Amino acid sequence: MATTTPHPIPPAIVDQRPAGPSRRSDVGPIRRSRWAQAQRSWRQHWQLYLLAAVPIAYFVIFKYVPMAFNVIAFKDYSPVLGPWGSEWVGLRNFELLFSNPVFLTLLKNTVVLAVYLVLAAFPIPILLAIALNEIRNGWFKRTVQMVTYAPYFISTVVVVSMTILLLSPRSGIVSTNLLGEPDYFRHIYVWSDVWQTAGYSAVIYMAALAGIDPALHESAKIDGASRLQRIRHIDLPGIMPTAVIVLILGVGNTMAIGFEKAYLLQNDLNLAQSEIIPTYVYKTGLINADFSMATAVGLFNSVVNLFLLLAVNFAAKRVTGKGLWR
Amino acid sequence: MSLLLARPRPAKVREPLGDRIFLLVVKLMLTAMLLAVLAPLAFIVANSFSSAEAVNAGRVRFWPVEFSLHAYQVALTNSQVLQGYYNSLIYAVVGTLISVTLTVAIAYPLSRRTFFGRNVIMTLLIFTMLFSGGLIPTYMVVQNLGMLNTRWALLIPGAIGVWQVIIARTFFANSIPDELYEAAMLDGASEIRTLRSVVLPLSKPLLAVLALMYTIYQWNTYFDALVYLKDPDLFPLQIVLRNMLILNSTRPGAVDLAQQLEQMQLVSVLRYALIVVSSLPVLLIYPFIARHFTKGVMVGAVKG
Repeated sequence: MATTTPHPIPPAIVDQRPAGPSRRSDVGPIRRSRWAQAQRSWRQHWQLYLLAAVPIAYFVIFKYVPMAFNVIAFKDYSPVLGPWGSEWVGLRNFELLFSNPVFLTLLKNTVVLAVYLVLAAFPIPILLAIALNEIRNGWFKRTVQMVTYAPYFISTVVVVSMTILLLSPRSGIVSTNLLGEPDYFRHIYVWSDVWQTAGYSAVIYMAALAGIDPALHESAKIDGASRLQRIRHIDLPGIMPTAVIVLILGVGNTMAIGFEKAYLLQNDLNLAQSEIIPTYVYKTGLINADFSMATAVGLFNSVVNLFLLLAVNFAAKRVTGKGLWR
Repeated sequence: MSLLLARPRPAKVREPLGDRIFLLVVKLMLTAMLLAVLAPLAFIVANSFSSAEAVNAGRVRFWPVEFSLHAYQVALTNSQVLQGYYNSLIYAVVGTLISVTLTVAIAYPLSRRTFFGRNVIMTLLIFTMLFSGGLIPTYMVVQNLGMLNTRWALLIPGAIGVWQVIIARTFFANSIPDELYEAAMLDGASEIRTLRSVVLPLSKPLLAVLALMYTIYQWNTYFDALVYLKDPDLFPLQIVLRNMLILNSTRPGAVDLAQQLEQMQLVSVLRYALIVVSSLPVLLIYPFIARHFTKGVMVGAVKG
């Protein structure tokens, strides 16, 4: 190959192609030290590093520098002195937070809402996917898929506005002001979310169902299995790994429950149940300008979330033999 | 005659009674789900086409009462709404350009085996999905960069999604064969030239998916604008909608449009029309892009 090409070949290419089927181009016949590999890669492929430079800078500036700025959770932040110059206060912000009676309410609101959401949003897409899988391809199937998928593309602002209009006592379909009742907040939040995402979430199960070997269904049919039996013994086991991952991921994201919707659905009347950690951070930090306290709350949230995710990844490994990421 | 022309049909096995009943139940359930999704949409659309009196009296359900286009006339001539539309278009177009460029710029090197340190970098990117710096520290960075209350605040801080990087990297790694890189290299193409002339022309489906994801995100999000923007002239449509629909207030200082509308009893119909007007662009193109979106979700599900 090297001798027949008319182009001048950099020597690196020649010794890069070992005889044999190996396609790993950075492993030559002799394995070099990592440092030598790095140097060679840099010399030959410097343009790759050039390409990556701006995005890497982006991640450093907008993701890793903020992580470092979390030090102000342990300081009494003053904008004049900056994050590094401000005075250390140790764990005072956390002590204040944990001793504040609001904290337990916040934590409870966040966890209950998130767990409710995961549990309610879990079965419906599965039901939808299995039902769609049962019927023949045709206009009905396409219509159901299209329509149930559509709300996913509507913005949170619009979904919340729709919810408010639908539930408004004056023009809506109910006669009491449900949005003003703290007890209804979670139901409204969760079920409007199910309405919006069920069709989208069903897609992943549809793919899992499509991946099931049709021979299984054929032979079950010959053995006289009914549709329900085939769902129970073929379809459900077939999508089980996917379902486990989805559920576990949902639990792992408990603390990462979004700010956007809760904040929009909030009003003075339902605050007792609608105030969750992200909305509290926003109000404390940006409306009351208590940066240190807000950062402490946010940091607490991020750390708990990280541990949850690690725990959940461990669980996923035990259950499915595979981690969520490598 | 028709008997002669009849094609030999494969003997159709009639399904057992139990299965046919089951199928009927399934279809009924799907119809119920379909209606459950459609009903709120129909309610909004019906109200938006009704007269103000009918809406205020709560007489509208799923069909317009006293058909009227007045709400749309008002919505589409409102300066805040138009400004919001214009701003959102800018954010969607420019933001998508920036985001797709940056995503490809990091995903492509990460997909190449010759890129030393790619696993370390990938791990560091994924870590940002697990542990975020948090709202206030990110705000401080944006503040220090002088981006507060500028258009950049909506374009840059959220420019790259790690999920999108994973999708793009997986695509490059799986659908561009190594032989093409070797051929390009032998022809003396530089890495950037290879990307431009070999890889990108083969990656149109990926670029479409990324562009769609970022565009929809930019069109629908309001959080960054809420946090970083103060100047109403920069507000994207979603913030305008929030102010008009949820806070139920119009911009202070603007000619007291709100009062005017109140007199005309239009304020409530206006809300329904605004919902339709703001969601329409996305819902109109959605049937054509849903397929790509699904593909994107699936590509990301395969680990690279």
